[in-house]
Amino acid sequence: MALHKYLPHTDDSVRQMLEACGVASLDELYADVPAELRLKGKYALPEALAESEIAYAFDSLMRRNLPLVCFAGAGAYDHYTPAAIPAMLSRSEFATAYTPYQPEISQGTLQYIFEYQSMMCSLTGLDVSNASMYDGATATAEAMIMAVNSARKRRRVLVSATLNPATAAVVNTYARYHRIAVEVIPQKDGVTDRAELEMMLGAGDVAGVIVQTPNYRGLLEDLSGWADLIHAAKALLIINTPAIALASVKSQGEWGADIAVGDAQSLGMPLNYGGPYLGYMCTTNALMRKMPGRIVGATTDELGQRVFVLTLQAREQHIRRQKATSNICSNQGIMTLHAAIYMSLMGADGLREVNRISANAAHYLASELQNTGKMKLSNPSKPYLNEFTMTMTDPYTTGQLLDALKQRGILGGVAIDDREVIIAVTEKRTPQEINEYIETVINL
Amino acid sequence: MNRKLYDKLIFDHSCPGRGGYDLPHRIYPDVKLPEDLLRTDTPALPEVDEPTVVRHYTNQSTNNFGVDTGFYPLGSCTMKYNPKINEALAANPAIAGLHPHQPADTVQGALQLYYMLQTMLSEIGGMGEFTLNPFAGAHGELTGLMVIHAYHDSRDDAARTKVIVPDSAHGTNPASAAVAGYEVVEVKSLPDGTVDLDDLRSKLDGTIAAVMLTNPNTVGMFERRIPEIAEAVHAAGALLYYDGANLNPMLGVARPGDMGFDVMHINLHKTFSTPHGGGGPGAGPVGVRKGLEEFLPNPRVVKTDDGRYDIITDSPSALGRISSWLGNYTVFIKAWAYILSLGANGVAKVGPLATLNANYVMHALRDLYLLPIEGPCKHEFVFDGLIDKSTGVTTLNIAKRLLDLGFHAPTIYFPLLFHESLMIEPTETESRETLDAFIAAMRRIAQEAAENPEIVKTAPHDTPARRPDDTEAALHPKVKFADL
Repeated sequence: MALHKYLPHTDDSVRQMLEACGVASLDELYADVPAELRLKGKYALPEALAESEIAYAFDSLMRRNLPLVCFAGAGAYDHYTPAAIPAMLSRSEFATAYTPYQPEISQGTLQYIFEYQSMMCSLTGLDVSNASMYDGATATAEAMIMAVNSARKRRRVLVSATLNPATAAVVNTYARYHRIAVEVIPQKDGVTDRAELEMMLGAGDVAGVIVQTPNYRGLLEDLSGWADLIHAAKALLIINTPAIALASVKSQGEWGADIAVGDAQSLGMPLNYGGPYLGYMCTTNALMRKMPGRIVGATTDELGQRVFVLTLQAREQHIRRQKATSNICSNQGIMTLHAAIYMSLMGADGLREVNRISANAAHYLASELQNTGKMKLSNPSKPYLNEFTMTMTDPYTTGQLLDALKQRGILGGVAIDDREVIIAVTEKRTPQEINEYIETVINL
Repeated sequence: MNRKLYDKLIFDHSCPGRGGYDLPHRIYPDVKLPEDLLRTDTPALPEVDEPTVVRHYTNQSTNNFGVDTGFYPLGSCTMKYNPKINEALAANPAIAGLHPHQPADTVQGALQLYYMLQTMLSEIGGMGEFTLNPFAGAHGELTGLMVIHAYHDSRDDAARTKVIVPDSAHGTNPASAAVAGYEVVEVKSLPDGTVDLDDLRSKLDGTIAAVMLTNPNTVGMFERRIPEIAEAVHAAGALLYYDGANLNPMLGVARPGDMGFDVMHINLHKTFSTPHGGGGPGAGPVGVRKGLEEFLPNPRVVKTDDGRYDIITDSPSALGRISSWLGNYTVFIKAWAYILSLGANGVAKVGPLATLNANYVMHALRDLYLLPIEGPCKHEFVFDGLIDKSTGVTTLNIAKRLLDLGFHAPTIYFPLLFHESLMIEPTETESRETLDAFIAAMRRIAQEAAENPEIVKTAPHDTPARRPDDTEAALHPKVKFADL
C-alpha cells in the first residue's frame, strides 16, 4: 500500500536512499536535534481522511453558513466573475509557478504582470504600477511609508476621516510601529473638510495626505485644487479608489495625485469571505525608484525577441535588506492575472457599463428607501456612484433593519452605528432582490 | 512547456468594437453625476472577444514552468506538489459569495474551519495561539515583530529598539524589522553555518527587542545550540522569533515552541502545499506562545463557551490591525484540506522524507560540486558552485543550463555567505526517479563544464526566451504598453 498519494516514496526507495546517504535510519539524519527538543509522541491532529471524506467534511462546514444576497460594500463588492477567469487561473502553469526568477521559463507570468501594470497605469492615469500589494489597506499603508521615505525628515501624515475605517486601522498600525504621526482631517457633511486640510498643512512637517474617493460612505470627494495645495506644502497626495470606479470617476492622475492605491477586488474578484484580494499601487516616474514591490519591465533577449524581466530590483529586500523600500517580497501573481483578464474581457466600455448599471440600481434603491419614510440619505446633496449611506428615521435602528433583511436572506449593508448604514448595489442585484429589500423596509 | 516564445500581448489583439463581456439589462433610469467629478478620457484597455482572451492566456501559460510542469528545487521556497482537491474546495461558490461583513452567526462554518486551522497550526508549531490574518510570509514576519513590539510596549520597555538577525537570514528578516521600526544588528555565522553564540551574546543587551532565526537555517543546518540561544535571548529580556520559511523538515521532528521560540510565522504556500501562484497570494499565519495571545492582531476568531465561533474586532491590547478582514481565506481552505489528507501520521512523515531527499541529492553530487558545510543537511543544502573552478563556469551558468535540461533552477547567489551559492531544496513530493534525473542533469553539466564549457556558459539554448538584457531593462525602464 502506498505511503500517501502525495508521497511517492516506497519502503524500498527509502531504504536504498538512506544507504546511499550512508545512514541507517531517517532518525539518524536528525542526530543534531537535541533529544529534549524532539517531538514526544504523536501530533494531536485528526487522523488522515480520504479525499471524499474531506470533501464531505468541507460541505458539512459550508452548510453551517447562511448565504445572503449581498448589498454590502465597504471595501468588498459583489461584482460578477466571468467564467473565463477561473478557467484561466486554474491553469497550473500559472498557479504552480513561483516568482519569475528565471525569465527564460517564466514569460507567461512576466507577460501578464506587464499587461496588468499597463492596464493599471491606464486606469489610474499614472506612469508606473507594481504587482505586489496584498490588498487595498496594506497598499495604503505602504504608500504612507513611501511618502515618509520620500520626505526624509517630515513624519506627519494626514488621513481623511472618510477613509474606510479598516484601511485607517491598518494605516494606523503601520504608522505606530514605523513612528509616523497620523492625524485625521475631519469630515463635513460626509466628505473631507478642505478648510481643515489647509490649516493642518499650514502647520508644516507633512509628508503625505491620504484621501479616499468614492469614500467610505460612498460619496465622491471633490479634490479640485488639492494637488496644488499639497504640493505647495512639499507633501505627496495619495488617493485611494476602488479599481473599477476609476473607469467612470476622475482618476488619480487627473486629480494630480502622486500615488494611486486601492483594492482591485472590485474587478470581479469573488468575495471569498475577505480574501485573497489584490491591492494596487501606481505612481509617477519621479517616484518610481521609491516604490515597493515587484515591477516587470520589457527588454530584449539575445535573439532580439521582446521579453520581460523583473526590474529595478535594487529597491528590494533581497538586495537592500533593511534599507529596502519595503519588506514585500511576493508579487500577487495570480490575482494580477485575474485583474488583467477581467479588464481584457470588459474593456473600458464594459467597466463603465458595470458602473452605470450598478449606480442606476443604487440610486433607484436609495430613492425608494427614502420613499418608505423609514430611512433617508445621510448626505443628500453629495453625489455617489453605487454605494450610499442612509440614516434610520426614529425609532428605527440599523440593527432592526439588518435583522429584518437577514430573515429574508439579504445582507442589507454595513452599519456604521445604530443610525447609519452603508448600502452597495452591483450589476448582479436583480430587480426582484431590490424590490425585496424595499418591501422589507416598508414592512419594518 | 512550449519552447517557442508566444510573444503577443493582449493589446496586440485589440480591435475597436470588440468586447468580451455581456451584462444584464436593467430598467432603472440613468443617473447624472456632476461632470467635474467624472473621468474625461477613456482608459486605454484592450478591446477583445472572449475566445481571443482565452486563447491568448492559454498560449501565455505554455511559456511558464510550474511545479506541475517539472522539478522545481528552488531553495527556501518549498515547491511541493499542490493537491488538486484543495483547489476544488477553495473554488466552492458557497465561499465565493460570502461577504467579509456577514455577521458571525451566518458564517459559523467558515469560522469553524478558520478556528480548526488555527488550532492545528498551534499544535504543529507548539504555540499557544495563531492568527491567520497575515497575507504572506513577509507580512507574517512584520506582524510577528509588531506582536513583540506590543509586548515590550505593554511593559513600558521603550529602550528595546533593535532586532538581531544572522548574516545568513532571508532578506525579508532585516527588511521586516525596518518596517516594524527597528534597527537591525547582524550576528555572524560560524564556518559550519550556525549562529556564532559568542557574537550573539556580546550583542544581547537591554536594547534588543528580538532575535530572528530560521531553524534549520538558510544553509540547511539545524541550530543545535538553540536551547542555549533561547536561554541567552530570554535572559536578556528579548523574544525569540522563528522565521517559518524552513519549517518543512521539522514536521514530525521538533516544534519551534519546544525549541524556545516565542513568536513564529508559517508560510502556508510552502509547508502546507498551497500554490505559489506566480508569487502570490500566499498566507503567513503568526503563532505566539502562551501569554502573548492578547497582542495578536484584530480581528481574532475565538470559540465561545457554548461552542460557537465569534470574531473579536476591538481587543485593546492587540497590536492593531494588519488586514481589513481575516486574511486570504481560500488559502486557509487549501492548507486545512492538506493537513486533513495527511493526518497526524502523514504530517509527521513530511519532514523526514524532505530531509532524506535533500541528503540524497547532496551525496550524489558532492564529488563534483563544492559542499562548503559538512554534515547531514535538513530540507535543503548549499553548494558553492563546482569544485573545479578552472572552467570558469559559474552558478548562473549552471542554473541556466538546467533550464535547457527541463528543470527549474535552484535558488542562486543566496545565502550571501558564499560567492557561488546554489541552494537546492527537493521537497518530499518528489520521487527517487525525479531526483535521479536531476542528479544526472547536474552531473552532465559538470562534465560539460570540463569538456565543453561554452555550451554551459552560453545557456540556455532551448527555452522560449533567451538571456534577457537586464541592464537595458533597468537603465531605460519600459514598464507599460505605452512605453514600448
